[in-house]
Order: sequence, then structure tokens, then C-alpha cells
Amino acid sequence: MASWGEASQSRLIGKRIARLSGKDKVTGKAKYTFDINRPEMLYGRILRSEVAHANVTDLDLTRAEALPGVKAVIPLTEVGRKLRYQGQEIAAVAAETDDIAKDALRLIYVELEELPFVVTEADAMAEGAPQIRDDWKGNQSNPGINEDGDVDAAFSEAAVTVEATYHTPVQTHVCLETHGHVVEWTDENNLTVWASTQAVFGVRNDLARRFELPANQVRVITEHMGGGFGSKFNAGVEGLAAVRLSRMTERPVKLMLTRKAEHLVAGNRPSMTQHVKAGATRDGRLIAYDMRGYGTGGISSGAGFNAPYVYHVPNRRTERFNVAVNAGNQRAMRAPGHPQGAFAMDSLMDELAEKLGMNPLEFRRINDSSEVRQAQYTLGAQEIGWHRRNNVPGSGTGVKKRGMGVGSGLWGGGGGRGTQARVTINADGTVEAVTGTQDIGTGIRTVIAIIVAEELGLAPTDISVKVGDSGPGLPSGGSGGSQTTASVAPVIKTAAAAAKQKLFEHVAPLLQAPVDDLRIGTGKIYVASDRTKTVTWKQATGQLGQESISEGGNWDQELRQGGVAGTQFAEVEVDTQTGHVKVLKIVAVQDCGLAINRLTTESQINGGVIMGLGQALLEERIMDPQTGRMLNANLEDYKVPGTFEIPEIKSIVFDTHRKVTGVGEPPCIPTLGAIANAVHNAIGVRIRELPITPDKILTALAEKKA
Amino acid sequence: MDKFSYVNATSLKQVTSLLSDSGWGEVMMIAGGTDLLSELKEYIETPKTLINLKTLPGMDSITADASGLKIGALATVADIAMHPTIQHHYTVLAQAAASVATPQIRNVGTLGGNLCQRPRCWYYRDETVNCLKKGGDICYAIDGLSKYHAIFGGDPVYIVHPSDIAPALIALNASLRIAGPEGEKTLKVEEFFTLPAANPFRENVLEPNEIVVEVQVPQPKPDTKSFYLKAREKGAPDFALASVAGVFEMMGKTCQAANVVLGGVAPAPWRSAEAETALTGKMINEAVSMNAGAEAVKDAEPMNDNAYKVTLAQNLISRTAMMAVS
Ligand code: SF4
Repeated sequence: MASWGEASQSRLIGKRIARLSGKDKVTGKAKYTFDINRPEMLYGRILRSEVAHANVTDLDLTRAEALPGVKAVIPLTEVGRKLRYQGQEIAAVAAETDDIAKDALRLIYVELEELPFVVTEADAMAEGAPQIRDDWKGNQSNPGINEDGDVDAAFSEAAVTVEATYHTPVQTHVCLETHGHVVEWTDENNLTVWASTQAVFGVRNDLARRFELPANQVRVITEHMGGGFGSKFNAGVEGLAAVRLSRMTERPVKLMLTRKAEHLVAGNRPSMTQHVKAGATRDGRLIAYDMRGYGTGGISSGAGFNAPYVYHVPNRRTERFNVAVNAGNQRAMRAPGHPQGAFAMDSLMDELAEKLGMNPLEFRRINDSSEVRQAQYTLGAQEIGWHRRNNVPGSGTGVKKRGMGVGSGLWGGGGGRGTQARVTINADGTVEAVTGTQDIGTGIRTVIAIIVAEELGLAPTDISVKVGDSGPGLPSGGSGGSQTTASVAPVIKTAAAAAKQKLFEHVAPLLQAPVDDLRIGTGKIYVASDRTKTVTWKQATGQLGQESISEGGNWDQELRQGGVAGTQFAEVEVDTQTGHVKVLKIVAVQDCGLAINRLTTESQINGGVIMGLGQALLEERIMDPQTGRMLNANLEDYKVPGTFEIPEIKSIVFDTHRKVTGVGEPPCIPTLGAIANAVHNAIGVRIRELPITPDKILTALAEKKA
Repeated sequence: MDKFSYVNATSLKQVTSLLSDSGWGEVMMIAGGTDLLSELKEYIETPKTLINLKTLPGMDSITADASGLKIGALATVADIAMHPTIQHHYTVLAQAAASVATPQIRNVGTLGGNLCQRPRCWYYRDETVNCLKKGGDICYAIDGLSKYHAIFGGDPVYIVHPSDIAPALIALNASLRIAGPEGEKTLKVEEFFTLPAANPFRENVLEPNEIVVEVQVPQPKPDTKSFYLKAREKGAPDFALASVAGVFEMMGKTCQAANVVLGGVAPAPWRSAEAETALTGKMINEAVSMNAGAEAVKDAEPMNDNAYKVTLAQNLISRTAMMAVS
């Protein structure tokens, strides 16, 4: 049975190893899609609707076409069609310069008949609201109802109940590199696309299908990628437009979204509103749960969330539905459904614990069946100094009040089949590892190098890793669901092991030992039964002569495992005069199986915490019911965490076993509840609507005083 | 942005004559460009000509002597924030400058530009929304989303003035020198800014053919303490939810004179005579400072989403007063 071996025998795996592309990234040498420029390249731009709902009554591209420097203009809608949200595509242009492209957009004549719209959930659900989806009554999807146990009986048994409404707004992905492509037809039938994507092969297959090309005639390249978070799995309207423009003009075309478009149309995390009632017994057993909730994923559905979450409730009833609004559609976003659900659930847990007069951590312990999390509670509480928290919320003195909170999460991340890889050993001793996965910033390139280097007794920097290119024809899945490492690592390991085996076969005669008596040492191969017999790596590969060894790998179920638990503790300081919340420290205890690179695993956890912090304290898509526009489709009023917001983050890689598990998503989940609970512990008032901004704190404090 | 011609300025005379009969918007001036460029990119402004002021000689100097401070309009925000004399004797000004945006913006943004910057209102900054300030019929903030809008002096438009430096200068009794085709004039910074009731389209008294040249700040009395406090949602970059510039002439714990100017709460920097009266001649303590804050906001008129600013402004004033005695 294949295994990753004991920790004590690992030279590299599980250690802290610097990202191979780190230097290139900080020096600017790393080229992202945005940085790709091709000879004769044109610049593409898209004209978008500024209004939330309208019929297209006229569209005339001729003035734009006539502008000198404009090479192509294509419609992306047509007369008679409906535009159903701000940002929806109307037409695209390709021009000699980006400035000309921008000017051309303004020359496109479009006549719209504006229609009544709804851009907030409240407006969409109001009596007499305009119907924006023919298939949904009252802009609401049919509710999904689930029931387990006997909820009514359980409530009558409950010693305490809490009834509350929790809300999280729409959050956008805010990929620092916006969506987009550089497209080049190398000849009539061969397409090369540099894509900012999480799925090199996904985009390849998407484009091949839509343009009726053999898949092997489309090559997609993603050398470096500036963030996707679930929003970049296919070519999108902008990618298809770029390919068409390039085909028409027979020139390469670069088409990247503007920041505004990125907020409007490139996906978002749906909102969530939960009206929930829950009950617990005197001894702290959570026994009853009744939830009615909804969210909006824009004009589409998909606004799901997890409720109840993490903690066990035997008797539960849930009803949830989607609300349609005239706004850009949701897409998967880092742990879809989980952070929202976790915020509501962890807030609810604290409210129940308070009513019971119980320490919220104790209350969780009683209701959490995960052994891993039980251990994490102990460790995290120690790290944050849980005993220092206010026993009575808000009881601290002074203007700036401190508090602590806890939150939890879970995720899968076990990887799956579908990756092919090759490890090649050349006669000069160089080693290449190639697979069609992509490094979306998470460090898979380095992980691959570590695995191969461990197997072959080399250093990670000795391994040339080629990912992010469909050209070699070694497919791998999209980087989503925290699956990349768990999907890729087993295949890379088995490929490296196979290559090693082949090398042993070449070296055995030289060492005059049977193949199975050979072992890899650091930079050498030796004979296990007679350690005086060794050859250096170079001597060994020199045996290959004119040949190279090139071996594929295979999926090995035994090398990976899904299912992780996580817990986070937050300490905050709330300025009761300004309403400002400063997060002082987050302790993130993240179950993750075998961390192949402890350093980048910690980075992942840090990043997740920061994203969770943004959702807890800052981020919100603000839609204006009057004009139908998003008022903060920029980075001035759509606020993401900056240097001043980042607290001390203690990322604890909580290894529970020696199998690979992904941790891309889970660390962003528990942060929201931990922070919200810490705020309550600090000031004694609870904010049930994210983000927790100064206006909400000041208003809540004023209400408490009154 | 639309095309424009670009002229390097050679003298104030040339600048004012280029500006002369064009009215607003045809010919515009650019210095740091941190505000103007975003307005051009968003098509909020579409000038035919831009005059580059950075080629004007000597207008970026900062000189300090016993009589006070002279700061050229082209001095950068960073120059002001990091000037040792300003940090020491005009602390409120250095703190206000240091609170502006980001290091990158402070390094290029200028004093003149900071004072003359346009509103951040999210309706104003959307090209396709034609609000009252841009010549339309309604101020969308009234029935719309007004979290970042005015609690004082609105009507008919409810922007807040975004400058951090302006409240500090007013609290320091600063004046500014303006050049026009007819020559130069000097007026108090406080008189420079106007409320929308006087002119809903502009935020100050500058005529289309005038330019801010210099700011003069009298040296505060030796026992003066001054502070700039800025509340914001995000550490940086962020504009003020509310801010306060407080300048206090102290004798021991007694406040001899107080200048208190709020930022982020009104279409112009908002001087609070009420707070000043409540503090002047008093021993500063918790009760007195709280009272000053309460006095300052008693006539506030919050909109749908910004009642929190009333509390915030009140608390910031109390806090700054207490800082004078701690
Ligand atoms: S506050 Fe001023 S800028 Fe904003 S919508 Fe009203 S009139 Fe326009």
C-alpha cells in the first residue's frame, strides 16, 4: 500500500519551504495574463449595460466601426433582447490601442427601453414588486423544505430558546487580477489562449466545444494567476468575445475586465438572511432548530447556505429559497455557503450559551461530535488565552473594550481522479515534472517540486515544474473545492516513484546490486545492504546515455483523504466612541491532513482568515434601489482588508493524519463567527448583520444605552 | 477619458489667462492628478485643455519662521506630513496630511489639489447618474443610500467635503492666496469653502479663472495643543466617516481658546462654534469635553443612513478635547 511514510523519514515533505515562484512574483518577473503582450496584439473592451433592467430597442455599431484604429465590433446582445442587470454585455470591440477601444465603446449607439427593476431582496419580495423572472412567483423560487425529528416536541422540551435574524450581504470575489484572456489564432485551426483561470483544461474544453475545434488544437496557458476564488472556471462571455474578435481580425486580442465589471458580472458570494429559532436543554444540549431563510444569487439561483452548521441538532426544520434581483449572478466563492452559514450558526450558539449562562466553548463541546474539533478547542483556547475573556459580555472598562469569540467550520477537500502527470529524468541529471493543473496562487508548483525532490533525493529547486499549460496534453481538473493538492499529489508521487524505479534499473548493473536493494539518499543512490556502494545522482543519470526516463503516475486513493475540521478564536478591541473594531489576534487551528509544504499551508490559512475578516468587518455589495446601480463597484467604497486590518494571525497546521487533504477553502469559514462573537463579548451587544461597521456598532451601543 | 490638449504652465499670468473665459470644465488644472485623473477616466469631467501646474517654479516650497508658515499650493501632502516644524508646531496639520489616502497618493497629491478636490459621493462619481450637483434635478442621497453623507449644512446637496487638510487649516486660522486675471487676493480658508445653499455646483468660492497659490498659517501660541482625529472604516486608504481638527490654547488644564472644525460631516469643513464656546475658559475634564461634543451636534440633521455620524462627531470632539489635557 502506498504511503507518504513517517514524518521522521521525510526530508522535505511537511517542512517549511519557500515558494518557488516567490522571487519572480516580488520582483515582477512573473508574468500574469494581464502582462502577456503579443506582436500585433489588439485590445478588446466590452460595452455593458448601466441600467438594471431594459429592453434593447436599437443597437448600431457603425459609428464605432468607423473610428480609425477599430478593427472589429461585435454585438453581444440584440434588438428585442432583455438586459437583466447592470453590467450585462452589449457589444465588444477590438482596436489598435486600449484608448481607441474605450473611445469606440462610447460610439456604439444603443437604445434601451428601461423596465422596472428590483436590486435588493427586500424590494424583490415586496408586495406588488415587478416580476423579473417569469418562472418564479414573487421573485422567489419554490422553497426547499427539510425536516428531521420532531421539532415542535423538541421546542416544548427546551429550557431556553433564541429567535434571531442573521444576515450576510453579497460579497464579490475581488480577484486582484481581473478576469480575462489574451487570444491568438496561430493558424486557422489552432488557438492559443492565455487565460486568468482556475481551470486550464476546463477553458480548453469550453472553447473547443464552442468553436467546434478539436480539443488538441486549443492550447490554454496560465503561467501565474492573480486570484480566482471560485469565479474563474470557464472562458466566460469575455473569453468567447475575445476569441471571436481575434478570429475576425486575424490578430491576437487581449481582453481583460475592468475593476467595475469584475464587481458587476464576474461572480459573487450570494447573500443570506436567516430567521432562526433554536432551543437547548438546561444541561446544554441543542435539541431544536427551525430556520426559514433565503439569499440572492442575482438573476440566477444558487444562493444556498449551510444551516444548521457543524453542531448536531437532532430535531430540525429548514426552509430556504432564492430571491431574484436585477444584479450580477453568483458564482462559487471560497467555501460556497459555508462562511454565511457559520456566521449565523456560531452567533446562534453564543446567544443560546448566554441564555443558559454557559461558557460558549463548553456549550460547543457538548454539541460537537468531531473529535478533531474537540482537540482544536483545547489548543485554540490555550493559544488565545480564553480564560481572559469577559465572563459577562461588555464588562470591560474604558473606551476601548476587548472581547473574544470562537467559530467553527468543516470542509471536504479530498481530491479526485482526473490528473495525468509525467516526471522526466534526463541524462544530464535534470528533472522535469509536468501536469495540466494550475497554480492559482496556492503554491501547487512548489508542492509538486517537493514531492518529486523527496522521492529522488534532490532539492525542490532542482525540479523544473511545468503547470498551467494544456499544451503537453496532461489534463488535470480545475482548482476548486480545495481539491488541487489532494488530486495532484498522489499522481505526482507515483510518477516520481516510477521514474525512480526506472533509474534504479539503469543503475543496478553499475552498483552490481539487485534493483530492490537500491535506495535514494540525498543526491545519491546507494545499496541498502552495503552502504559503501553508492553513485552520485549525476553518475546515475549519466547511465541513461541518449535516453531520458519519462514516467506517468496514477491516482492512488490511499494517498489522500477528505474531511477537515477547523476552529478559530478571535480577540478584538472595539472603540466604543468610534465604533471601530480592531481585530487583535486570530488563532486558526486548521485540520489538514498531511501538509506537504507547511509554509504555504500556513499562507493558505492566513489568506483564508483575511478573507473571512473582510467579510466580517468590511465587504458588502451596495445596490441602490433608486438607480438600480451598484454604488461601490470599485475598491474605494467596496472595502477589502488592507495592511491596517490584518491582525496577528496564529495559523496552526493541525496535522491529523499522513494523507493529503486540501485546505484552500476551510480557513475562511470560522473567522466570521469568531469575530462577531468577540465583538459581542467586548461590548455586550450583538450585531447580527455583516459587515460589522462602525455605524452598526454606534447605533447598537446607542440603542443599548437608551 | 476624452482627448485634451496639454499645456505646461510657465507663469501664473499665463495660467489665469488660459483659464479666463472658458467657464468651468473647458480648461482645467492638473497638479498631482490623484483626483482629477479619476474624474477624467470616469468621464465626470471632460476638459478640452489641461494645464500642467507642476512646471510652475517655486510653488512647492514650505517656509516656516516666527510669524508662521507659508506653503506653496504645489507642496505635496507628504511634504506637509513629514515637515519637522509642521509636526512640532502645527501638529494638527501634519496629522491631517498624514491621514490622507496612501503614501503613493500623498507623494504626488498637492496641497492645492487637496483643498480643491471634488466630492466622493457615489452618485456623483457615477457618470450615468445625473444628480443635482452635476446639473440634474435631484440629490439621490436624500432618498437613496446616505451612509457617507452630510449631517450638517446639506440642502440642496448632501455631499461631505472630503479634505482632511482643510479642517486642520481652518482650525489654525490659515489664509490662502488666490491669483486671478486681475491679480491676487487673500482670504481665510474658512471663507474659501461654501455651502450648497450658496452654490450647489461648487464647493468653494474659486472662480473658473482663479488658482490657489499659497496657504499661510499663523504660528500658534506656545502653549497650544492640536490634534486631528479621523474615524474611518478602513485604516487606509479611506475617507473620513467624520474627523475633527482641534486646536486648543491651554493654560494648565484650562482652555483659553479653542478652534474645533469637523470634517466628513458637511459639504464644507464644519466649524463648531458651539463646541468652541463650550470649551473656552473651562477647565477641561470629562464632563466639559462631553458637553462640548453634545453642543456641537445638537443641530445635526441626519439623513436615513447616517445618524451614527452624530454620535461619532460628538465623541471625536470629546476625545480631542480630552487629549489636550492628557
Ligand atoms: S450628495 Fe451631491 S453629489 Fe451626491 S447625489 Fe446628492 S447632489 Fe449628487
